[in-house]
Amino acid sequence: MRDAGMIERAPLLNAVTHVLMIAGLLIAAFPIYVVFIASTHDLPTVNRVPMPLWPGEHLVQNYTTVWNKSDFGAKMINSLIVATGVTIGKITLAALTAFSIVFFRYRARMLIFWAIFITLMLPLEVRIVPTYAVAADVAEPLRWLVWLFGFELGIAPINLLNTYTGLILPLVATATGTFLYRQFFLTIPDTLVEAARMDGAGPLRFFREHLLPLSRNNMAALATIMFVYAWNQYLWPLLITTDARMATATMQLQKIVPGPLFGQPPVWNEAMAATLLVMVPPLLVVIFMQGAFVRGLVATDK
Amino acid sequence: MDRRATFDNLWLAGALVAPQILLVVVFFYWPTMQALYWAFSTQPPFGGTNQWVGWQNFEQIFSDAVYWNSVRVSIVFAILSTALSIGMALLLALMIDRQLAGHKAYRFVYFWPYAIAAPAVGLAFRFIFAPDAGFVSAINQLAPNLWNPALKGWDAMLLIVIANSWKMMAYNFIFFLAALQSIPRSLVEAAAMDGSGVLRRARDIQIPLLAPTLFFLLVINITESFVDSFGIVDITTGGGPARATDLMVFKIYSDGFKGLDYSMAAAQSIVLMLLVIGLTFVQFRYVEKRVHYA
Repeated sequence: MRDAGMIERAPLLNAVTHVLMIAGLLIAAFPIYVVFIASTHDLPTVNRVPMPLWPGEHLVQNYTTVWNKSDFGAKMINSLIVATGVTIGKITLAALTAFSIVFFRYRARMLIFWAIFITLMLPLEVRIVPTYAVAADVAEPLRWLVWLFGFELGIAPINLLNTYTGLILPLVATATGTFLYRQFFLTIPDTLVEAARMDGAGPLRFFREHLLPLSRNNMAALATIMFVYAWNQYLWPLLITTDARMATATMQLQKIVPGPLFGQPPVWNEAMAATLLVMVPPLLVVIFMQGAFVRGLVATDK
Repeated sequence: MDRRATFDNLWLAGALVAPQILLVVVFFYWPTMQALYWAFSTQPPFGGTNQWVGWQNFEQIFSDAVYWNSVRVSIVFAILSTALSIGMALLLALMIDRQLAGHKAYRFVYFWPYAIAAPAVGLAFRFIFAPDAGFVSAINQLAPNLWNPALKGWDAMLLIVIANSWKMMAYNFIFFLAALQSIPRSLVEAAAMDGSGVLRRARDIQIPLLAPTLFFLLVINITESFVDSFGIVDITTGGGPARATDLMVFKIYSDGFKGLDYSMAAAQSIVLMLLVIGLTFVQFRYVEKRVHYA
C-alpha cells in the first residue's frame, strides 16, 4: 500500500471530489439497494411510483414464495455445482497445460499454446448454434477426430443436453487461465528445476511439491474470477437445459418474468427477490476475496 | 520462453495437454468449422444433406434491411455504452486516486456491479426504469408516456445502454485505478512541487499516462458490447420494441433457435466472428506496445 496522500490545500476541489465519490457510491449501490427494498414489500406497495425507499414487512413471505414456487433451492445448488465444476476444471487444465508447455521441450508446444489462445476470438456467442449441435451429440466431432487419424470407429451418439457434464465441459477450456499460469511458470528460476531434479524428483513430483504450493496466489486469483464468470453464465444453460431440474439460478430469472417489456408486468417483489438471490453468491466472492479478484482480473487482462 | 532445465518425458508432456486440446477441438474448432460449413450451404426443405451455395447466404443477409438494422443498433449500443462506462470509470478512478478520507470504502463498493450476472442487472434496471412502476416512470406524471421503453425505441436503447454501462463501469474502474497506482508517486509529487495543481496534474501527467489503458479498455468494451450483451437484452427488451434493440448477438440467437434457420444464423455468426477477430488483433498490437512500455 502507498503512503497517505500529499498534504495539499485545495478545499474546493476536495469538496467536489467528495461529492463525485458519493455520487459514484449511489450509482454503484442504488440498484442493488432497490432490488433489496423491492423484495421486502407486497405487490401494491412495490408497484407504487416512486416505490418507497425503506424496507417493508414482506421479506420472509416474498423469499419463501420465490424459493418454493420455482424450486429455487435446487437451482441454486445446480448453479453452485456448475460454477464449482467450471472453476476447478479451468484451474486444473490451465495448470497442466502450462506445465507441459513451459517445463518440457517439444516442437508442438507453441502450436498448442496458440491453438488454445486463439479460442479467445471464438466466444460462445458467435458459435452458439453449432456448439449446441455438438452438445446434442459429442460423438460427432470425436468420430471425425478418429477419422482424421485414419481410423473408422462407430461411436454411439453421446447426448450432453440436460446434464451437468453438458453445462460444465464446454466452459472449461481456458485461454486466459492457461496464459496466466504460463506467465507465472516462466518466472520460476531454472535453478529450482535443477535442484528438484538433483533431488531425484520427476516432473509430476516437481509439479506437486514445488509448483502447486508456489502458485497458490495465482490459483486464488484465477478461482475468484472464474467462479464469478461461471455463476453468471446465462446463454449456455438457457440453451442446453429443457428439464427444469437441471436449470441454474441465473437462467431461472428468465422463467420468473413473463416475456420482455411489452408483456404483462412481472410480479416485481418476487422477481426482485429472485434477482437478489442470484446476485448474492458472486457478490460475496468479490467482497471477501477482493484482493484476489482484482489481481486475477488485471493479470488476465480479461 | 526457453528455459535450460526441462523434463524430457514427452509422453507425459502430451498427456498433460491432451485434455484441454481435446476440449478446444470439440467445443471450439469443430463448431467454428460447422458454422463456416452452414454459412456456405443450405439445408433442403425436406431434410437430407446440406447443399453448397457459395456466398448466397451472405448476399441474402447483406441485402436484408433487418440485418443492417441489427448492425446499426449494435454500433449505437457499443458507442454509447463504451463512452458512458469509460467516462464514468475514469472520473471515479481519478477521484479515488486522490486518496481523500474514505476513499477505500468508496473503492470497495465501486467493484460490486461487475460481480453481478447480466440478466440480474437487466432485471434490476428493468424495474427501476419500468414504464408503470419503479422510479423513472415518475416523470410520466408530467405527461403520459414521456418515458416508455416498451413503446419507444430510443427509451429501450437507453435502458440497455445504462444497464450495460453500470456493469462495465466497475470493470473499467478496476483497470483505471490499477493503472493510476502504477504511475510513480515521485513523478506526481515532483509536479506538485513545481506548483501544478490537482487538475493540471490530471491533465498533463495522469491522463496521458493512462492512454494505453484507455485504448485497451476501448477495445475490450466494444468487443464485449458486441458479444456479451445477450443476457441484458433477453431479459429487458427482447430485441424490441420494433427491433429497436435487436443487437447482432440477439438476432443470431433468435434466427437460429426461434427461426431455426441455421444457415442464416451461421452466416451472421461468421460476420460477428470476423469483427471479434479484427478487434482482438487491434488489442494484440496494443498489448505488444504496452509490454515495451512497462
